[in-house]
Amino acid sequence: MKKKKSFRKDMECYLMLAPFMILFVIFTVVPVLMSVPVGFTDFNMVQSPEFTGLSNYIALFFSDKVFIKSIKVTVVFAFFTGPVSFALCFMLAWLINEMSSKLKTLFTLIFYIPSMANVYSVWKIIFSGDINGYINSLLINIGIITSPIQWLTDGRYVLGTAIVVQLWLSLGAGFLALRAGFQNIDRSMCEAGAIDGIKNRWQELIYIIIPSMKPHLMFASVMQIVSSFTAGTVIQNIVGFPSTDYKAHTVMTHAYDYGWVRYEMGYASAICMILFIAMYAVNKVVNRVIEKYAD
Amino acid sequence: MKKIRTSHRRAGRKKGSTVLIFLFLAVLGLFMFFPVYLTVLMSVKPVEELFVFPPKLYTLRPTLKNFQDMFEIMRQNRVPFSRYVFNSITVTVSVTVLQCVFISMAAFVLAKCKFRGSKMINNIIVVSLLYQSNVIYIMQYMVLAKLNLIDSLLAVILPSVASPMGLFLMKQSISQIPDSIIESAKTDGAGLFRICWQIVMPNQKPALMTLIIFAFQSSWNMQSGAFVFHEQYKTLPTVVNQVSSAGLARAGTAMASAVFMLVPPVIVFTLAQKHIIATMAHSGIKN
Repeated sequence: MKKKKSFRKDMECYLMLAPFMILFVIFTVVPVLMSVPVGFTDFNMVQSPEFTGLSNYIALFFSDKVFIKSIKVTVVFAFFTGPVSFALCFMLAWLINEMSSKLKTLFTLIFYIPSMANVYSVWKIIFSGDINGYINSLLINIGIITSPIQWLTDGRYVLGTAIVVQLWLSLGAGFLALRAGFQNIDRSMCEAGAIDGIKNRWQELIYIIIPSMKPHLMFASVMQIVSSFTAGTVIQNIVGFPSTDYKAHTVMTHAYDYGWVRYEMGYASAICMILFIAMYAVNKVVNRVIEKYAD
Repeated sequence: MKKIRTSHRRAGRKKGSTVLIFLFLAVLGLFMFFPVYLTVLMSVKPVEELFVFPPKLYTLRPTLKNFQDMFEIMRQNRVPFSRYVFNSITVTVSVTVLQCVFISMAAFVLAKCKFRGSKMINNIIVVSLLYQSNVIYIMQYMVLAKLNLIDSLLAVILPSVASPMGLFLMKQSISQIPDSIIESAKTDGAGLFRICWQIVMPNQKPALMTLIIFAFQSSWNMQSGAFVFHEQYKTLPTVVNQVSSAGLARAGTAMASAVFMLVPPVIVFTLAQKHIIATMAHSGIKN
């Protein structure tokens, strides 16, 4: 009798899951599973893939110097657009929460607008290498420099420029989810806290808010990991492809290079697989930290 | 229950520090907003002002010429402009509505019910978020081709309805609802479907509104790209991209098209945020 009932309950669950899961399996899970073996093949999109075992992976680590370089770039890049930006997202979401309703909407909009559409191409004009570029003309006018700096092509500045643009873009999904999380915090808990002797905003944040935001923090961390590790398209648009001396050549750019320029899909897939493993590992660690800290 | 107004009882709110926070946000906000302001400015600047030194941060003669040019270029296509608008609206509305309905139900079940396979599905969702591959589009193309969906609006709509990101967001948010509320609803004889829509979702307004923002913005900006060949099934971003990809010489037109594409998401965002902020998490929901 009990078993029958639990089966009926399970059935109800499956029915409610079905619409999402059917589409998810067809359009995400199946393509993902189909794409995994490609990394072990030589595939140029014209001929059918040929199995080559681990040779792609061996070539990546032992003979591809640009790949090793791209790992370094990605790590530097991911540090700024990952943890730094995550902290920024959280801090801003919290500070905005202290404002009045009208200002909340306004500030959230201002910080989120860069993620809303493709407006980043304006950075090319801001950083433009001639004296008409906004940064250059500003610096020349106040007398810091005398000749324009090539922000987009000079190897010394390329990575910095790319990081600035990506940071500007990085208050995205994670930030918005955290804003929603703050909005969902039970007011009465804060009020009870005030009675229990919480003295300032800071203590309220540590003892009441962070513990109840754990799920949102987890979501934001995943989004931040993905966006910082897979950055590439925007950078390519801003500092060009390939960037000077591979100074802003991320792993994702490398995969783009092999996949869509050289049509070596097998090799490009192997690159993506390594990136995925790295992201998975980082995500596990971050989850553990949040789990531990938020209790 | 009597509603007690105690919002001023929150701990240690000093006026001075609130002003400091405001100033900090305002300064940072100006930096963040500057590029957006420039985009809007350049879209209304007359051409001859685009390349003067030093570049001005304002214009005395705003013009809509760039927008006219943009529409002029788009009108040269074989398909009337209204067709692109129609396609984009169809795609955006169906993706947003289907996402909200499908994702809400799935997220509720995954967050609050224990059944065979629930843990595995949760893991698959996170893995699929982290897995980015250059060949995914090719594989999606192959799947769509097998299903005979290539070259239709469905090829743009269906793959983006089951968004793992949206599901993860909703699931995380719903997981905060105490089990006791769901249990007591069950003892009252409510089925899962009713619990989901009548008890859980009304309390998930901030997350749901955030989901709407994400869904709207991603589907509005979606390029129909590789799945659609016929001009009559292409969406606005694809066409607008053709206008803006012509380089610096047409910077003004490119900025105009960026501004044009930005307006609808901003409107939806503002409306949704209003709803989010109007939500006061009330004490009834917690244990």
